[in-house]
Amino acid sequence: MVTGQASLKRNGVQDFVTIRATAIIMTAFSLFMGWFFICTPEVTYAIWHDLFSGLAMKVFTFLTLVSIMFHVRIGMWQVLTDYVKAPGLRAFIQFVLNLIAFVYVVVGLFVLWGV
Amino acid sequence: MQLNFSIYRYNPDVDNAPRMQDYQLEVEEGQDMMVLDALIALKEKDPTLSFRRSCREGVCGSDGVNMNGKNGLACITPLSALKGSKIVVRPLPGMPVVRDLVTDMTQFYTQYEKIKPFLINDDNHAPAREFLQSPEEREKLDGLYECILCACCSSSCPSFWWNPDKFIGPAGLLHAYRFLADSRDTAADERLSDLDDAFSVFRCHGIMNCVSVCPKGLNPTKAIGHIKSMLLKRAV
Repeated sequence: MVTGQASLKRNGVQDFVTIRATAIIMTAFSLFMGWFFICTPEVTYAIWHDLFSGLAMKVFTFLTLVSIMFHVRIGMWQVLTDYVKAPGLRAFIQFVLNLIAFVYVVVGLFVLWGV
Repeated sequence: MQLNFSIYRYNPDVDNAPRMQDYQLEVEEGQDMMVLDALIALKEKDPTLSFRRSCREGVCGSDGVNMNGKNGLACITPLSALKGSKIVVRPLPGMPVVRDLVTDMTQFYTQYEKIKPFLINDDNHAPAREFLQSPEEREKLDGLYECILCACCSSSCPSFWWNPDKFIGPAGLLHAYRFLADSRDTAADERLSDLDDAFSVFRCHGIMNCVSVCPKGLNPTKAIGHIKSMLLKRAV
């Protein structure tokens, strides 16, 4: 009933699923990190380095960063369409926020690559 | 006993801006009455005070107002249920005000129209006399058909405040599910296609303001959850 043009061709079901799927990944990463900090009496550089050296942890971390990007993209679009009614301003803020989310992923990728 | 009221007043023909006007009403000690009765008594003192009312027993849904910050029907809300030294009555939030407590509900009804609130049956083998339902099929409509379209729920929903032109709102979606759940209706796929976008249903984030204010004790959030599940099942 609401045309694709009126919602930047966003798909409600797809967004609904993506938000939940990415939330599961982010929650799993947060729980894992929480568990790591609780179970590690002293977090030294060596232990921290070891943790992120494994391929599985690198993939998990990168997956979480990508999840944050998708989650932010959908979430901010929803918030902005609620509160910012001027189309030009909304497009600009959306562009900047999406850019920041993308930069976040790329920086994270390089940090992981360097471990 | 003196009761203090603060009532939203706005007459666009005369006033530049809305204002709150204080009223006092004398009632017998220990006497309780509905907010609508109090409003009618105040209107006798000040005939310029405007509000809608009809059945005065919670059936027509005309007198939805915001009382002490919560939407409800004035005719079935006793004064004793409202806390505080002053009873503040405002029009339903998020809707344009026509005058005082009377709101323009055009957008609300436009969204209601969108969901095609009538039974569609394209079955070529329709029974000659009537569609029969089993008690189980009929039971699925309980908690849905009772909605009286008072707009208390939709006007308490921030998603409806921000996107009243795109989000159907809890009342409309409750009715949409009422027809989706009806065994006699054959247009489920068409109805779901009409709702399958980023705004109509999925702008509901489940904050449940609608459930909290519904004067009939209905649960639009649950109905919306069922619609989301149906849309999801159709997509995967």
